[in-house]
Amino acid sequence: MADKFAVVGHSEHRVDGRALITGAPVFVDDLPAPTGMLHIALLRSPYAHARIRSIDTAGAEAIPGVALVLDHRNTPERRYTTAGQGYPEPSPYDARMFDTKVRFVGDRVAAVAAETAEQASEALDAIAVEYDVLDPVLSIDEAIAAGAPVIHDEDDSLDIWDAERNIAAHVVAVAGDIRAGLDESDVVVEVVTETQYAQHAPLEPHAVTSYFDENRRLVIVSSTQVPFHVRRIIGRLLDVPVHRIRVIKPRIGGGFGVKQEVLIEDLAALTTLRTGRSARFVYSRQEEFISSRTRHPMRVGVELGALEDGTIHAVKMEVLSNTGAYGTHSLTVLSNVGSKTLPMYNSADHVRFSGDAVYTNLPVGGAYRGYGASQGVFALETAVDRLAARLGMDALELRLRNHIRAGETSPVFRALGEGREGVDQIINSCGLEECIRIGAERIGWDDKRALRHREGSWVHGVGMSIHMQGSGIPLIDMAAATIKMNDDGSFNLLIGATDLGTGSDTVLGQIAAEVLGVPLEMIVVTSSDTDTTPFDVGAYASSTTYVSGNAVERAALDVSGQIMEVAVAVLGADYETLELEGGCITAPDGTSTTLADVAIRSLYGQDQRQIAATHSFVPEESPPPFLASFCEAAVDEDTGRVEIVKYVAVVDCGTAINPRLAEGQVEGAIANGIGYALFEELLFEADGRPQTPDYGRYKIPSALDMPPLDVVLVDSYEPTGPMGAKSVSEIGINAPIPSIANAIHDATGVWMTTAPFTPERVWRAMQAV
Amino acid sequence: MKVTLIVNGSPVETDVNAGDTLLDTLRRLGFTSVKDGCANGDCGTCAVLVDGRAVTSCLMFAGQAEDRTITTLEGLGRAGEALHPLQQALLDAGGVQCGYCIPGMILTAADLITHHPNPTRSEIESYLAGNLCRCTGYVKQVEAIERAAEVLQETDHG
Repeated sequence: MADKFAVVGHSEHRVDGRALITGAPVFVDDLPAPTGMLHIALLRSPYAHARIRSIDTAGAEAIPGVALVLDHRNTPERRYTTAGQGYPEPSPYDARMFDTKVRFVGDRVAAVAAETAEQASEALDAIAVEYDVLDPVLSIDEAIAAGAPVIHDEDDSLDIWDAERNIAAHVVAVAGDIRAGLDESDVVVEVVTETQYAQHAPLEPHAVTSYFDENRRLVIVSSTQVPFHVRRIIGRLLDVPVHRIRVIKPRIGGGFGVKQEVLIEDLAALTTLRTGRSARFVYSRQEEFISSRTRHPMRVGVELGALEDGTIHAVKMEVLSNTGAYGTHSLTVLSNVGSKTLPMYNSADHVRFSGDAVYTNLPVGGAYRGYGASQGVFALETAVDRLAARLGMDALELRLRNHIRAGETSPVFRALGEGREGVDQIINSCGLEECIRIGAERIGWDDKRALRHREGSWVHGVGMSIHMQGSGIPLIDMAAATIKMNDDGSFNLLIGATDLGTGSDTVLGQIAAEVLGVPLEMIVVTSSDTDTTPFDVGAYASSTTYVSGNAVERAALDVSGQIMEVAVAVLGADYETLELEGGCITAPDGTSTTLADVAIRSLYGQDQRQIAATHSFVPEESPPPFLASFCEAAVDEDTGRVEIVKYVAVVDCGTAINPRLAEGQVEGAIANGIGYALFEELLFEADGRPQTPDYGRYKIPSALDMPPLDVVLVDSYEPTGPMGAKSVSEIGINAPIPSIANAIHDATGVWMTTAPFTPERVWRAMQAV
Repeated sequence: MKVTLIVNGSPVETDVNAGDTLLDTLRRLGFTSVKDGCANGDCGTCAVLVDGRAVTSCLMFAGQAEDRTITTLEGLGRAGEALHPLQQALLDAGGVQCGYCIPGMILTAADLITHHPNPTRSEIESYLAGNLCRCTGYVKQVEAIERAAEVLQETDHG
């Protein structure tokens, strides 16, 4: 693959690598504090569900150093959503900056801005709040029970599906006739899976600094995945015209979806607007766990019908999603439970997907890498293994028989999009079959499956699952890129795209460098500043390489065309005969001119103008990356403990623009998925208080927890992608739960239906057999 | 009270309160490579070398570091100078994603390589167990540390 390209397909060093490797001050909380900066602290609700009867802030205001106290009495009442999505956001407007009602332990009650962090925190203790405590709703079942307390009983929220019944969002999508399809099937299997509350746990918590610049424009420096959405949402919420706001994203310490929310920017911005002073707010680790966002816990039911020969004929999927206290991403995550899983089995003519996202008095669901696919594929891919067992077929052969291939489509693409109907698409690139074959060989499928190799009390099994995601949201996402040429033949690449540590600045720089025939160092990448870079929806939905990458490729092609026009004048050769490579434009007769000569000529010499271009890209389809996942697990029959012996993930992401970065995306996603499968879980007391709001009690995988992990990228080319690329960032996180569940079954005969697969849960399941 | 810390080879005198952690003090002094990821001793992003050993600076009072030799990442790879073999190896291997865990990771690895010049893979994993990374899955970080140890061995013996 690397042979086709000079820069793309090569594992270039990150363009921000030197800064990160030397610990330079590049994160929000490292940047020098603007003069006179105030520190913000947040008073959070101790109750899961209560009305604020009264609030007395006089004591707090009297504390030396306190500059401002905010609560529901002196802040905007307008409803909004914190979800940083395209406009109009498909999430209900059900939140206020501060409300008269609190809906989960950790919900906002008041905020203080003071000269020092210590004074701000002391002032929180001096705020007197009286609550009328209400009955809390602490599970999906309680939320949908008749007569359940109504969590959103306000009359000014917008676009809640059915507030009276605690239903934030509802989806139905149908293709064919599911009843007939299941009736026609020779074998039908059913499975219901449950997934837990999980948190993104980025090492850098949310952080923001705001200040007025010298022209009294509001500047917000934020650890956000969506700078342009922050600008729009803050502008509307706080009544500031967009042209008076600048949002800058510096380096950020991981996002994984949790920074696709406008969670704390409003507090800093309003402090600056009210006091004229700069302000900083950094979430504590506890706040990051409690008052941030989570992965929606879900109950997913799948009925899978197949013909005797193993053709999957009908798939029914029913979802109940717990969106917590607010409906951010409730509709779209729910949709993706089906839309990013069901098209894989396009042999099924009859498909029905339905679901509700329900409110509870627990932490708020949000965007989390995988975005619903993680929850859906647990049910779907364990159902496929059950089906294989019923049919007496090898689970691998059953998947090979049924999975989608290049040139094919699925009715689900049109029936189900993100919160609305989807878009028809034909799969242009699909390396899934090769992924499955390579993965099977690397894990030793034929030698290990169904053999239950035993060592003492440990029994081994192998499991697999297959996966898809998307590459951006078709007909909704938009990204733009600007490229301009400098005197020395270098280029500035200006992109609104948001690098959260993924390496997208590097990847997008490589695409520009490839088109412009220069090494990566000649591309100066500037990203994520609403004043200086063009619009981009931001980093979510696995969009950046594909959507922003296509915008960069278009801009680079335009700029290269402008360079060629100058070269035509200089070299006197026909446009079509010129070649741009290695910083030179060469004519067939061997005469050439350098990019630097072209730049000097157009900036200072003849036909003077800035060689530059801006282009946008809106995807018409969302080509899925594919992944085949295999794991060997050992289960201790005495304790229920599960050890992953080896993990193999084989991925079709189209052209890997930067193979090492692409592998890193998959490795990190698999690691996060292993934590999700085996031990990560936010637990709550009977009254809704969180039990595990720190890394000590909410364990994420360490180096010691990682099995040998083999990531393989297969050769693939997506014709609609920039240089053949598709996405790679999310897909890996979906894989471990179903692969490990299937491996546990292979080892023990036990079907795990509730995640995480803790020793106790596995042990109990084994006792029940 | 005033304490004197020896940070990256230079004595620094500073005022601290009794409860100030070494983490807060170092960040206040401008050594912002030292990160505050949890303030609870769980994540390792605040790791620094104290007398050559990796310590979570959020669990150490500034007063306890009086007159002790502290190395932060700013002292390991100075601007404009060649990168430390650990830094180069991490960059080459693609072991850096968001970079937030990297300062603590490098200093912990520096402690490892100093005391175990030929670390096994399991020694590396054990040493890194207190340095959480959410981005990488540790694969390329472990590879990089193995590689850096080799480079240092070659340099020492060459």
